[in-house]
Order: sequence, then C-alpha cells, then structure tokens
Amino acid sequence: MTGPDHGDLSEAGAAIVEPARRSSVRDLPLWLFAILAILALMAVVIATEASFGEAFEVIIPGISLTVGITLVSFVASIAIGLVAGLGRVSRNIVIRNLAITYIEFIRGVPIVVLILMIAFVVVPAGSRILGIPNNAVPQETRFIIALSVIYGAFIAEIFRAGVEAVPKGQMEAGRSLGLTHAQTMRSIILPQAIRTVLPALGNDFISLLKDSALATLLGVRDLTQSARLYTGSSFRFDEAFLVLTFLYLSMTLVLSLLVQQLQRRLGRG
Amino acid sequence: MAESAARPEIGPDDRIVVDHLWKSFGTIQAVRDVSLRIRTGTVTVIVGPSGSGKSTVLRCMNHLEVPTSGAVYIDGVHLGDRRTNINLIRREVGMVFQQFNLFPHLSVLDNITLALRKVRGRSKTEAEAIAMAQLQRVGIPEQARKRPGQLSGGQQQRVAIARSLAMNPRVMLFDEPTSALDPEMIKEVLDVMQELAASGMTMVVVSHEMGFARQVGSHMVMMDQGRIVEEGAAEDVFARPQHPRTKEFFSKIL
Ligand SMILES: Nc1ncnc2c1ncn2[C@@H]1O[C@H](COP(=O)(O)OP(=O)(O)OP(=O)(O)O)[C@@H](O)[C@H]1O
Ligand SMILES: [Mg+2]
Repeated sequence: MTGPDHGDLSEAGAAIVEPARRSSVRDLPLWLFAILAILALMAVVIATEASFGEAFEVIIPGISLTVGITLVSFVASIAIGLVAGLGRVSRNIVIRNLAITYIEFIRGVPIVVLILMIAFVVVPAGSRILGIPNNAVPQETRFIIALSVIYGAFIAEIFRAGVEAVPKGQMEAGRSLGLTHAQTMRSIILPQAIRTVLPALGNDFISLLKDSALATLLGVRDLTQSARLYTGSSFRFDEAFLVLTFLYLSMTLVLSLLVQQLQRRLGRG
Repeated sequence: MAESAARPEIGPDDRIVVDHLWKSFGTIQAVRDVSLRIRTGTVTVIVGPSGSGKSTVLRCMNHLEVPTSGAVYIDGVHLGDRRTNINLIRREVGMVFQQFNLFPHLSVLDNITLALRKVRGRSKTEAEAIAMAQLQRVGIPEQARKRPGQLSGGQQQRVAIARSLAMNPRVMLFDEPTSALDPEMIKEVLDVMQELAASGMTMVVVSHEMGFARQVGSHMVMMDQGRIVEEGAAEDVFARPQHPRTKEFFSKIL
C-alpha cells in the first residue's frame, strides 16, 4: 500500500480477482455429490439384493415412531426452550438462576444417562407422587419426556443467543416509548430473535431426529430398535445396519439442505 | 442515598431537574455531581468531548441509566422513587438515538403505531391517523409502508423523530441525532428539529452541530470529564466562553 503507481498493486489486484473467478468451481458442493452417490449406491443394493430388500421391509415400519417421537419432542422442547431461554435472560436473579441450573445440569450429563435417569428414576418418582401406577406411563412417553427435557435445555441456549443478538438499542427504544419490558420482549425482541434462530432450530431438529435413535435404550420400536430386533432374529447385521444408515442419512440430508435454503433466504431478506 | 438528600426547589416552569447526579460504571466515573434545570419550551444543547458523560446525563433523564446517586425529576416526579411508575413517565419523554433504533421487522407505519396502540391504547385506525400526521410533519408520508432498511439514514432518523412525537411527549431528548448521518442528510434532520423547537417543544440535544446550537439553542451546557464546566444562555457561551476547556473545544470544533 505504498502508492497508486506501485508495480505490485496491479498484481495484488489480480490476485484478489482470481479466486473470486475460481470460486464457482471451488464452491461446488462436491461433498453433496459424494453423499448422493453413496445414497444411490445403497439404494441400488437395497432394491436389487433380496436380503437387503427384506431387511428394509422389516425395518421401515419403525419410521412412524421415529418421526412421531421427533416431531412431538421438538414441539415440546421448543416450548420448554422458550420458557427456559427467556428465564435465562430474565432480570430476576431467582428465575435466571433456576434457568441456568436446569441448562447446566442437562449439559453436564451424557444424553444416554439422562434418558435412563428420566425414564427409570424421574418418571417413576413422578408417577409415585401423582399416584399413577408406574407402568401406566408407556416407554414411548418416557422417551419423549426425556428428549424434550434434554433438548429444551439446548434450545433455551439458542433462544438466549437469539435474544442477545438483538441490538441493545431495540430494548432501549421500546422502553423509551413507554412499553414495559415484557411488551418490548414480545413485540420487538422476540420477533427479531426468532428470525435469527430459525437455522439453529433447524439444526437442532436434525440432531433430535438422530438422537431419537436412543429410543432403542427403552425398547421403543423406532427404526433403530426395529433394526436391532431384526439382527437378533436373522443375524443379518450388514443388511440391517446398511438399511438403517441409509434411512437416517436420507432424512438428515434432505433436512440439512432445507436448513441451508432457509439460511440463504434469511441472509438475503 | 438519593432519598436522604433534600428535594430541590422545583418551579412550575422546570420540566426536568437534575440534582447532584452521579453515575459510575464500575470504576469509571461517567457523571460527577451534575445539576441542571431544563425549563419548559427551551432547547438545551449539551456539548463536550467524547466520554465527557453527555449521553449518560441524557439517558439518566428517562432512566435508561439509573443514577448512582442524586436524582432526576420530570415535572416534579422523582424518577428514582420506588412509587414512580417509570413506564408512565417514559411515554411523556421522547428519545431519539444516534443509531435511530427503528424496529427493522416492522413497517415505518407500524414502528410509529406500536406504542400508540400498546401504551396509549389507541385503536388501529386512530394510531395510523396519528402516525400519518407525524410522517407528514417530518416530510415522508410516502414511506409509510416501507421497512426501515429501505430508507436512507436521514429518512430513518426522521421516522424515529415521528415515532417519538406520535406519543405527544412533553419533552424530547436527542443523543447525537445526526452523528451517524452522511453530511448531505444532516440538514433534513436538523430542519425537522428546528421546526420542532419553533413549535415550542422542550428539547435536550446532545450535538456537535454548532450551527444548529447557535440558531436553535436557548441554553448551552459544556461538559468535561463528567462535570458541567460551563453553562448559560447559548449566545453568551458562544460569544464569550469563560472556561478554558470551552474555548479549546470551540476552537477545535468551529
Ligand atoms: N454502559 C456503560 N458501561 C461502561 N462504561 C460506560 C457505559 N456507558 C458509558 N460509559 C463510560 O462512561 C463515560 C461517559 O460516557 P458517555 O457515553 O456518557 O460519554 P459521551 O459524552 O456521550 O461521549 P461520546 O461523545 O463519545 O458519545 C465514558 O468513559 C464511557 O466509556
Ligand atoms: Mg454519547
């Protein structure tokens, strides 16, 4: 940067332009082609090899529980996450510390352990307190409760980050107009926060879908449990787990492309 | 601390009284013992170097910052009193920020009608009529349906002024309203402010626009290192600055 007539400058300029020209090739989603190729290969195997086809037939009914658990847990964890996330940014120290305690507790324990703990300790204790017979709560329900409580903590952190990303001036402008803290939160901060957290929520939906496979811990017959049951009777591990991988990967691929699309649209808007 | 101090004398003409205001942020003393009277219908211009505490004093006037000690009274109401509902006070005190702080997810019209409806309890039609009248006043009624992001800086600041005016405030606070604007847009905002002053609005303006201060200002306050070092009628301070810091400041800025 010594002057406009310095010889090096034009070269520097060219160097800046060049990668931009090449970027169209570089930015090609080669990984996407690779994943699609792997999926296509798996699909061909499943379609042509009889034993793989049979495994597919046996496992696929589990998809209704996998999808059902994911959807219900996601809705519940958004509700929990919204409450805990707002609690996390509350000015009331009791509420704020309650929220932090919940979030840090969840984040400090492995998901597998939390699921076992909630399903076999917390829910039985809860049903004793409420006077419900313990076996009246089905394993599916326990698993959904566990996933919702776990993901509620993750989503709370997403909402917290979203609220904190809204410039401080927005709250100040709202308050200067005489709006209360709650009114400003509802009408000004949250609508902006939700826009910015949508991609992160999408990513957590994908994680939740994958973690729904832990239903197998409780013997809930989702995709994973169906595959494991099938290997137990048939000993066809190759077939069962290739089919299982194929199913999860195709679902998560579609979802992550949707999230990327969403991100692009929000980025433009 | 604030409660123990005696209540200052507050006349019927005193819209805002700042009484021995101190404000610290951690170890930083932002405001040191500032006392100030803003009389109804006057335009007070606060000047001073960066970090001298101008914004902090202004922000204490609607309790965006809570004083460390001392007190602010608006129309005789002590803002720091536990019985004071600050939301009721703030709707009477308009505030215009350097960064506009418009709500980007709402249209220009909705930016203005939001508080009218939620705070003043106006119906949608009433609120929109008031909003349109204020947009007319600041000269951009045709932008009502746009989002703030589609407007120029000067237009955005005029919307922010219209948003405050729509609440029909008794006093307007401006914190460097033109500092974030490109030079060619400064005038359109100052013109609106000048018109507002001419209409009799009580205004407190932190600004380095000396032309504006000279033409429109009735009172001038010079701050340095958290203190008021000089204040008086605007023309006097301009014509005969007394404090060396004021002289130095003017020589730099003019
Ligand atoms: N929220 C805050 N947290 C910590 N320090 C602060 C905060 N607000 C202001 N200060 C400090 O207080 C002092 C006075 O700041 P203030 O913003 O009132 O000055 P100013 O006169 O408005 O300056 P400028 O012309 O740069 O806007 C500065 O040292 C500033 O760094
Ligand atoms: Mg300032």
